[in-house]
Amino acid sequence: MTQINIEPHQSEPQGLLSLFEKRKKIYPARVSGNFRRLKWGFMAVLLGLYYILPWVRWERGEGAPDQAILVDTINRKFYFFFIELWPQEVYYFTGLLLLAALGLFFITTLFGRVWCGYACPQTVWTDLFQLIERRIEGDRIKRQRLDAGPWTINKVTRKIIKHTLWLLVGLCTGGAWVFYFQDAPTLWADMLSGQLYFIPTFWMIFLTFSTYLMAGFAREQVCTYMCPYARFQGAMFDEESLIVSYDKTRGEPRGKAGEGGDCIDCNRCVAVCPTGIDIRNGQQYQCINCALCVDACNAIMDKLGQARGLIRYNTFHNTVSGSSSLKNLFKTVRFIRPRTIFYLAIINVVGWTMLYGLLTRPLMDINVIRARNPLFITLSNGDIRNAYTVHIVNKTWQHQTYTLSTNHTTGTIFIPDVTGKAHQVDVSVKPGKVGTFRLLVDRPYTQSSGTIPLTITAKTPKFEDSYNSTFIMPTETN
Amino acid sequence: MAKNTRQKENQTQTETTGHEWDGIEEYNNPLPLWWLWVFAATVVFSIGYVIYFPAIPFLNSFSKGIGEWSQYKQLDDIMQKAEQAKAPFENKIVHLSAQQIKNTPDLHQYALESGKATFALHCSQCHGAGGGGAKGYPNLLDDEWIWGGRLEDIVYTITHGIRSAHEDENSRDMGPMMAYGDEEILDKAQIKDVAHYLQTLSKKYLKPNESTERGKVIYAENCASCHGEQGSGSQELGAPSLNNAIWLYAGDTKTIIETITHGRAGQMPAFGQKLSENDIKKLSLYIHSLSGGEQ
Repeated sequence: MTQINIEPHQSEPQGLLSLFEKRKKIYPARVSGNFRRLKWGFMAVLLGLYYILPWVRWERGEGAPDQAILVDTINRKFYFFFIELWPQEVYYFTGLLLLAALGLFFITTLFGRVWCGYACPQTVWTDLFQLIERRIEGDRIKRQRLDAGPWTINKVTRKIIKHTLWLLVGLCTGGAWVFYFQDAPTLWADMLSGQLYFIPTFWMIFLTFSTYLMAGFAREQVCTYMCPYARFQGAMFDEESLIVSYDKTRGEPRGKAGEGGDCIDCNRCVAVCPTGIDIRNGQQYQCINCALCVDACNAIMDKLGQARGLIRYNTFHNTVSGSSSLKNLFKTVRFIRPRTIFYLAIINVVGWTMLYGLLTRPLMDINVIRARNPLFITLSNGDIRNAYTVHIVNKTWQHQTYTLSTNHTTGTIFIPDVTGKAHQVDVSVKPGKVGTFRLLVDRPYTQSSGTIPLTITAKTPKFEDSYNSTFIMPTETN
Repeated sequence: MAKNTRQKENQTQTETTGHEWDGIEEYNNPLPLWWLWVFAATVVFSIGYVIYFPAIPFLNSFSKGIGEWSQYKQLDDIMQKAEQAKAPFENKIVHLSAQQIKNTPDLHQYALESGKATFALHCSQCHGAGGGGAKGYPNLLDDEWIWGGRLEDIVYTITHGIRSAHEDENSRDMGPMMAYGDEEILDKAQIKDVAHYLQTLSKKYLKPNESTERGKVIYAENCASCHGEQGSGSQELGAPSLNNAIWLYAGDTKTIIETITHGRAGQMPAFGQKLSENDIKKLSLYIHSLSGGEQ
């Protein structure tokens, strides 16, 4: 037997690690500047769209909903301005998701995580909640003091007001959400008259509290602990992407103004950061590229009479080489490079394909299911009958009469209890509905024909669609 | 080899756990404490869950939970809701005949859907899920109706059954077809002749011969009273038509001889007691819609 030497493994760390730590609450300070104004602008536009869009009307015709954007869960249809999608066209959403993902990759390649910094709902609502917080409890230092201080009447009052306002914003968020799923004016009238239906009310309350929780408390933790996009966007940018960076060559060594580098270590960039990081430590996974630290630093530089751009949007390439200044930034950034061309190309292919598909989308569809029990029926005169279930989808908003026929010249077709026997029969389908018909096809018996191809066609003066099925002939009869 | 030396990583000054594998170090990024509290909350939730819902298995039973939730109860609720949804249709159907329902598109649509479910539950065992029938069980999709294929005929057949020993006097209790061989009315040769003759009735292309000519005479004396002189059958007597391509029990010589020798007496239970009048009307409409029945 071989002797195995087992040595005690030296695994005892020098100090016991804690797997958990108390969250360090972040008190972002107020900041003003170009990027802050841009962020306000984005917030106004996005929230405006969110609240106004369900009220936009779009005429589609008699009997059709006139809401521009409507997710009709009851009738399983999706309306978006001129686009109308049925459940069987749900694959368009694959294209939509593809476009959304590619759009994110494209913009991230160019400008880093600007989606996170400006447009993500988590950012927008957190910003809104922080605005309310600042108005009620004051700026960074005041809030820190208030939280550290005793529970005075002043503190309790401010907290109550803040949380009430937060909940109200949450309620508005949830309230607007449900309008996307039902006719907004009708639902609003019902709400006002006190008629609350279970499902919209449930979602209103659910979103009230999820907004309250996410924007009021979880905040940057959603980005750092929960969001997968935040993490994989790190793989989307390269050394040419514009990301918020600290100009080390200009700033270091930090210290008093006039001594050493331009950074005076005032910590304003850290104070205003919504995710509580120090941008001077370089690129970090918490950074959402919102550029509030840029505004903060620029304000300080202006006061010191120094040039702006100690912290600025810059490429990793430029940051390392230290070769560019704020002024010639756009000259040094290569926006057109293989990666961006590639993304733009795929976006174009997917986008135009989808648009073409949507614009040339057929307004009717026929589907045939052959009856399998029994496969064929012998009739009294020896003819053979096959049965089919025919679905005709009427995607128009008018009543349509379809003429059904087959490519068989012998024999007859009919829909029992609906039509007589003939070579072609007329069926009608209500606007925006699927008509289901039991179609019987009778044919004289022909020995050893086996399975015969059969094409069933539905036709109107404007539309035509057919489906290839089979007619099964028994190999022998009684 | 794993080394354990806690230190700050060079690039970003992040603290490491001190774990290092082949030069790859692990950052120390502890989870937020509330994460732990979420875990605690799920434990607390599970206590409430176990108390409210059925959860703990015993030897022969399980804890019922104070909510008294069960899948059976859930099913009852769903069924009750379905009954409520059906009520407006059922209340109208009760006053109408099957033909009147057929003339009202909305009610007809409802009746077909409802009848389809009843068919699957009560009829498909013999007549097949698609109504195609089987040997001895009539095909409901073709154009021969042994006892009549008009709506009212179908309603009558379902209500009273066929030779069902139903207490009521009814016209579907006709005596069975006699066993001509077993009761020694015809001998084997005669039965064979009749069988040959019957095949010429069904298959028009078969040429008559001596056997079929003899069979024709025997047929006229013994069979024509019920099945008709031309073999066209009789719906009043429930005697299937013999001069067409449809055979209830196969049309080969062997099976025909078997039928004549031992007789036939197909039965169907009466559903008048089992199903409501509404159910029978809806079922009849569904069966009629499979092939168009008879007008």
